Amino acid sequence: MDQMLLISILAAAVTSGTPILYAALGEILAERSGVLNLGLEGMMLVGAVSGFMAAVKTSNPWLGLMVAALAGGVLALIHAFLTINLRANQVVSGLALTIFGTGLSGFLGKPLIGIPAPQTFKPVTIPLLGKIPLLGPILFQQDYLVYLSYLLVPILWFYLYRTRPGLHLRAVGENPAAADAMGVGVFSLRYLYVAVGGMLAGIGGAYLSLAYAPTWLENMTAGRGWIAIALVIFSMWDPVRALLGSYLFGGVDALGFRIQAVGAMIPSFFLNMLPYIFTILVLILATREGSRRGAAGPGALGLPYDREER
Amino acid sequence: MNKQSQLTLTLEKRLAPSRWISFLVPTISVAMALLFGAIFLLMTGHDPLKVYEIMAEGAFGSKYGLSETVVKSIPLMLTGLGVSIAFKMLLWNIGAEGQLYMGAFAASWVALSFPDASPGFLLSAMFLAGFLGGALWGLLPALPRAFLGVNEVITSLMLNYVAILWVDYLVYGPWKDPKGFNFPLTAPFTPSADLPTFFGTRIHLGLVVALAAAAILNVVLWRTRWGYEIRVIGESPAAARYAGMNIARNILLVMFLSGGLAGLAGMTEVAGITHRLQHGISPGYGYSAIIIAWLSKLSPGAVVLVSFLLGALLVGGYSIQSSGLPAATVSMLQGAILFFVLGSEILTKYRLVLVRRGERRAN
Repeated sequence: MDQMLLISILAAAVTSGTPILYAALGEILAERSGVLNLGLEGMMLVGAVSGFMAAVKTSNPWLGLMVAALAGGVLALIHAFLTINLRANQVVSGLALTIFGTGLSGFLGKPLIGIPAPQTFKPVTIPLLGKIPLLGPILFQQDYLVYLSYLLVPILWFYLYRTRPGLHLRAVGENPAAADAMGVGVFSLRYLYVAVGGMLAGIGGAYLSLAYAPTWLENMTAGRGWIAIALVIFSMWDPVRALLGSYLFGGVDALGFRIQAVGAMIPSFFLNMLPYIFTILVLILATREGSRRGAAGPGALGLPYDREER
Repeated sequence: MNKQSQLTLTLEKRLAPSRWISFLVPTISVAMALLFGAIFLLMTGHDPLKVYEIMAEGAFGSKYGLSETVVKSIPLMLTGLGVSIAFKMLLWNIGAEGQLYMGAFAASWVALSFPDASPGFLLSAMFLAGFLGGALWGLLPALPRAFLGVNEVITSLMLNYVAILWVDYLVYGPWKDPKGFNFPLTAPFTPSADLPTFFGTRIHLGLVVALAAAAILNVVLWRTRWGYEIRVIGESPAAARYAGMNIARNILLVMFLSGGLAGLAGMTEVAGITHRLQHGISPGYGYSAIIIAWLSKLSPGAVVLVSFLLGALLVGGYSIQSSGLPAATVSMLQGAILFFVLGSEILTKYRLVLVRRGERRAN
C-alpha cells in the first residue's frame, strides 16, 4: 500500500473514531458512577439533530454544539430520574431512551433532511505539529472538535485517577454504601455524571451532523452509540484506552470506505457489516481479557442505590 | 418552625406487590404518554386532538383499519413473546429485529427453492425454516454469553444491523427480481407459499400461530420444570446455581426459542403479507417488542393484548403521515410509554408515605 493511501486511511480513522470517542468518554463517566446508560444512540441522534438545527438557525457551529450538549444532557436527566430516584431497571430505561430519542430526532429532523450545514467544523492545520511527517497529516490536520477530544482524554484520565472528586466518582460506582458513609453524595454525583455523560453523547452526535457528514440524515448514527458502549467495555473504563479503541473502530469504518473507493469486487453490504462484526469480536476478546485480569467494571454498575438496604 | 415537625414524602417498601396497581400502572402509563405526546404536538404547532382523532379513526374507525391493526399485531405478538421469555431470565435479547429478518430470509429461501412443492409441505417447511433462521441467529449472541459472559445486549443488537444488511444484499443483488423494475425485492413466491387469510382481509394464519404460541408459552412458563428454572434464574441466578440448575444450557435454549419466535414473525410477514422478500420488511417490530414485553410484565397473555394496542399505534401512525406528521412520531410515543411504565412501576413495589422528619416509622 502506498504511503499516501495509508495516511488518508489513518486520518479518516481519527475522524470516524471521534464521535464514538465522545460518546464513550461520557459513558465512562456515567458507568464509573454506577449508572449504565444504554441510551447513547438516542442521545447522539438528538444531539445530531438539535445541533444541526441550531447551526442552521444561527449559522454558528459552536452554538450548535452547545445546543447538542444541552439536549443530550436533558435526555440523560430523564434516565437519571428514572434509575436513581425511582430505581427503575437501568437496561430497560436506557432502551426506552434510545427508542424515544430515535423517534424525537426523526420528528424534529424531518424538515431538515437534505439541507447542507451552513457552517461546519473544517480541518485546521496546527502550525509546526501539522508539518511532522506521517503524524502531522494524520493527527494535526483535523478540525477543532478532534483537537478538543485530544485535550479531553488526558484531562479525564487525570481527573479520574489523580483528583479527589475523581476518587469520589469511582467510590460511588464501586461501593455506594461506603461512599455514602464517607459523606459523599451518592445521588447528586450520579445525577451529575449521568448528565455530563449525556452532554458528551450529544456532542458526539453533533460531530456527525456538523463535521463528519455534515448534514442531517434520519438514524445517521447507524449504531455508533452501541459501538461506543462496547468500546467502554473494551477500554476497561479507562479514557486513554477508549481513545486508542475509538481509532481502531474508526479505522475499520474508514477501511470499508477505502476498499470501496479502490473498486474492489466486494459488495458494499458486506463492507458495511464490518464495524458491527468487528464490535462483536472485540467485545468477546475484551470480555475474556477482562475476566482474566479480574476487571469486570465498576462494582455497583447497574444497581440502584437504596439507602435503607445498607 | 420546629424542625422535628417537618413532613417529608418517602418511599416505603410494600410487603406484597399490590394487585390492582399492577393492572392500573400500564393503563395510566399509556394515558400519560398520550398526554405527553399531546403537549409535544401542541408545542410543535399541531392540533393534538385532531392528530389523535385521525389515529383512532385509522386504527379502529373502519373494518379495514381494525383488520390492519390485527395484521400489525401478529409480528408484534411473536417478537413480543420471544423478547418476554428472554427478559424473564434477565437475558436482554435486543436482537428480535435481526432474528425476524433471518427468519424471513430462511423462509424465503425455501419458498424460492421449491416452487413446485404442495402448499401443505411448502408452508410447513417455511415455518420450520423461519423458526430455525431466527433461532440460530438468536443462538449467536447466546454462545459467547453462556460460556464467556459476553454482554448480550450489544452483540444481539449488532447482529440486527448484520441481518438487515444481509437481506439487503440479497434483494439488491443475487435475489433481485429481474422483472421487478430494479426495485429491491425478490420475485413473488408461488401461490402455494401464501398463508391462508380470513374474513376477506389481510389477517392471515400467523394470528393463530401467535395465539397458540402465547398459550403454549404460558403453560411452559407456569406448568413445567423448564419454566420454573427460567423463572428462578431470572429471579436469582445465585439461587439457581445453588439448586444445581444448568444456567449456560438454559441461556442457549431460551435464546434459541426467543429467536425462533421472532423468526416466525419474519416468516409470517413474507408468507402472509409481502409474498416475497423485500427491503425493509419490518418497521421496527423487534424494537417495539421490547416495549410490549415490559408493558405486559413479561406475561404471555398480556403480550397478546398489548400487541393489539401497539398495532393500533402503528396503523394510526400511518394515517397521520398523510397529514404531514413523520412516522417517527410513533416511535417517540412508544419511548414515552416505556418511560411512564418505568416511572410508575415503583408504585407497585413501594408506597408513598408522609413521615415526620427525625422519626422512624415503626414497622
